[in-house]
Amino acid sequence: MSDIIQKVKNLSIGFKSKKGEEILILKNISTKIKKGETVGIVGESGSGKSTLALAMMGYVKHGLYTIGGECEFNSSNLLNMKSKDLEKIRGRKIAMIPQNAGQALTPNLKIGYQIDEALQLHSDLSEKEREKKISELLNKVRLPSPETIALRYPHELSGGQQQRVAVAMALAGTPDLLLLDEPTTGLDVTTQAHVLELLNFIAKDTGTSMVYVSHDLGAIAQVSDRIIVMYSGEIVLEGPSRDILKRPIHPYTHGLLKSIPKLSLAGLPESMPGSQPQPGIIQSGCSFFDRCNFSEDKCKNTSPQLEFLKELNTSVRCFNYEKLLNESQVNQNVNKIKNNSNDKEILNLSEVSISYAKQKLLDQIFNRISDDNPTVQDININIKKGETIALVGESGSGKSTILKSIAGLLKTKDGLIRFDENRNLSSDLKERNPNDLRIIQLIFQNPDESLNPNHTVEEIIAQPLKLYFGLKGEELNKNIIDLLQKVRLGEFYMSRYPRQLSGGEKQRVAVARAFAAKPDIILCDEVTSALDVSVQAAVLNLLQQLKEDFGTTYIFVSHDLAVVRAISDRVAVLYQGRLCEVGPSNDVYKFPSHPYTEVLLGAVLEPDPDIKPKLVAEDIVEEKPPEKGCSFQGRCSRIVGDICKKDIPPWQLTDSGNAIRCHIPIKELQKEQL
Amino acid sequence: MLFLIIKRILLGFITLFIVSLITFVGTEILPGDACTTYLERQAFGEQLEACYRRLGLNVPAYERYVSWAVNAIQGDFGYSLSGEMPIKEVLGPRIKNSLVLASAAIFIGIPIALILGIVTALWRDKLPDVAISTVTIFAMTIPEFISATLLILIIAIWLEWLPGIVIVPTDVSFLELLPNIILPVIAIAMIMTAHMARMVRSSVIQVMASEYVQMAILKGVPYWKMVFKHVLPNALLPAINVVALTIAWLLGGVVVTEVVFNYPGLGRLVIESISNRDLPTVQALAIILASIYVSINLLADLMTLMLNPRLKTLQIRK
Repeated sequence: MSDIIQKVKNLSIGFKSKKGEEILILKNISTKIKKGETVGIVGESGSGKSTLALAMMGYVKHGLYTIGGECEFNSSNLLNMKSKDLEKIRGRKIAMIPQNAGQALTPNLKIGYQIDEALQLHSDLSEKEREKKISELLNKVRLPSPETIALRYPHELSGGQQQRVAVAMALAGTPDLLLLDEPTTGLDVTTQAHVLELLNFIAKDTGTSMVYVSHDLGAIAQVSDRIIVMYSGEIVLEGPSRDILKRPIHPYTHGLLKSIPKLSLAGLPESMPGSQPQPGIIQSGCSFFDRCNFSEDKCKNTSPQLEFLKELNTSVRCFNYEKLLNESQVNQNVNKIKNNSNDKEILNLSEVSISYAKQKLLDQIFNRISDDNPTVQDININIKKGETIALVGESGSGKSTILKSIAGLLKTKDGLIRFDENRNLSSDLKERNPNDLRIIQLIFQNPDESLNPNHTVEEIIAQPLKLYFGLKGEELNKNIIDLLQKVRLGEFYMSRYPRQLSGGEKQRVAVARAFAAKPDIILCDEVTSALDVSVQAAVLNLLQQLKEDFGTTYIFVSHDLAVVRAISDRVAVLYQGRLCEVGPSNDVYKFPSHPYTEVLLGAVLEPDPDIKPKLVAEDIVEEKPPEKGCSFQGRCSRIVGDICKKDIPPWQLTDSGNAIRCHIPIKELQKEQL
Repeated sequence: MLFLIIKRILLGFITLFIVSLITFVGTEILPGDACTTYLERQAFGEQLEACYRRLGLNVPAYERYVSWAVNAIQGDFGYSLSGEMPIKEVLGPRIKNSLVLASAAIFIGIPIALILGIVTALWRDKLPDVAISTVTIFAMTIPEFISATLLILIIAIWLEWLPGIVIVPTDVSFLELLPNIILPVIAIAMIMTAHMARMVRSSVIQVMASEYVQMAILKGVPYWKMVFKHVLPNALLPAINVVALTIAWLLGGVVVTEVVFNYPGLGRLVIESISNRDLPTVQALAIILASIYVSINLLADLMTLMLNPRLKTLQIRK
């Protein structure tokens, strides 16, 4: 009996709306966490997964309250416990690793103190012993030179280091249960893989039970023994990790797995229609009804119950799960993207470098930028009309910086950006004429911030139409409706405000606004990162469709390598603002030749328990690109000698048209692949 | 860090220089001058010339500015026109009186404001918050001339506990002044405390909602330890600048309150010298008030810099 560590019984949590209605965030949740087991809770934003994890610590956020049910830990209910008693459980028996360690560490306290605080509260160690223990903990989470790290403030560490500190802090109380709330979201791919590997190691090493909350099935697949899938405040599927990922018998999970782009598959995955309903909207019936391929009349009126299937050791909330039982595997169908680029060059970057260095007074007077080691250097890319080229790399690789320069938001230091072979776009916005501005449009990562909340959809889309084409009255109206239909939004969206739209709908409006200017090039800056997984595929499909219709060229920036794989024709890999590899995505993904490309692709997490990430290099973050030699020398595991530190590597061409910048001969690089 | 401090001090001096220029030019452009005001209807011919010579107004304006500035740096602001005494001597006791009033208000008002702000934030939407917040909003909105007059009516006239207006010589000793300042201090502190309490409240509430406070709770940190270690240092940092502005405002003379209570401070001197067209005094006051603002803001910025580890390292790295 005592192998169950946490028991959630009929838990409902909600809030009171302005009208006084009770709106449920969690609906009657029951589950158990066993000793030593890692449970993944997966769901999109708003599915209630974080609320559930916090409730397991007896914590309910301000504004929410418990409507019914219990969270039992050691046979006492945490939700009605006095705060004095809770203080003895939190941090000591159950510890939390937060999503955003940068914001979860108190800014005015040193790292060492914050760990020491947990030790003081939850152990009887003397000061000397605690000091030793802090070093041990920092060592355990693999932070370099623990003594100096302990004296630093949180903001002096990188994102990955902050996350490790948070792990160390949680381990300080030697808890029996660790709750992890999206612990790797927001980290770079390589860092993410390293942190996950560390967590796996800790779980095995200490035998701690873990509850891992994430929207990322890739991360969940790497760590969990059992998976709970949440949708709209309910558990819709619960079972052994492998079965859920390989043979999901709930339509939502099935669709979700189908819509996630995979590294091994080129092309766009099928998309799921619609988006998750807001809390309180669905009154009766299945909350997935609208988006389900299997729904019948019955689903609309009666809510399905969570049904335990003994032979599969799985619980499922669906009337029609049997239809999915027979499908042995998730067959992912992808729409191969058409490469409709022609040989005409549309944008050419030659020897572009960009610097963020502050201009000194003299430089300002002579209107020049002097910086020997600029953030972005020596970028040569030829972009053909109608192609999708993706820029990939970790944060700090300069991919967004290059976009900004193409858009004219940032001046280049040296080099030339040419449009259509003769028009010079090296200048910034002030010096460009309206037509230069029109031909390049941007779609931003977060539509919440890029759409003016005080404008209606109509006004937002009308702006470029008025500005560039001077449209008025009936014609303007016709154009707006036309654009809305192109992005699959109806005419009735015109009078809505951004806050009345879902994330995916907002991004569609942003896409419509970009296309309103009839641009030749659209710069997509992490356009799907802020979207839920089930919505992402739909937006990608839309972008591809529009590109085929209009012959637009995309420059696509994303940290998600699988997304890049799905949509791009060509990939440029950047490290510290320098190009490492440029080539057709098929070749780059199948035979990553440059050592950095290998590192990057190896770290990608796939929603498949059988594909483990390969950790080739350390995830150290360098603050500045090296002064001399190859940009990747600091992390490269295949340094050939002093030449890497002294000389900038030459470009080498492969037979398939890949260009690679490395000192290692191309034959040798390719040999390693086979 | 040192470079930054020097830079800020230099900037402060430039500000003062500009302020002095503006006031000087301003007084030059105004029709009439010290002599015409002083001599009134006799302002012509021989007498006017004599006056100009005596006050040194017969030399070009820029020369006068330079000599005035050189003297002002040494603390000599020339002579007041109305009393014919050195402005230094007029200002001295006034500054002292204003300091007494301001420091009394600060020592009483700021601790109360902090306590009220923190209490209302921690018991947000509960009875203490609702009660205190209602009172502070009230205190904030009633203009000081009304609250001051009401205070005089109730405490001085009806209850006869304290003197209603301050009738003392300008250079009175501190102890004699004390009973006289109780009512003005209450009148000033009410508004100031209310403003600051609301500021502190919103700042604390914001920090309480932050992820690191949630993390501290989930770490098992006891409530009060969390408040003092994790919440207050971060919540009160932004308050430093507001406190500095309030102090500068207090020192610069709370004109209305000083006039209502007939209090011999800087604020009343401003009114007096403007209505007497005592331009040299007005100039001197402008410079002194400006230096108070500049130096207190500088101090506040340096304090935030010292207390906020984030800013400190950022500056060093640059």
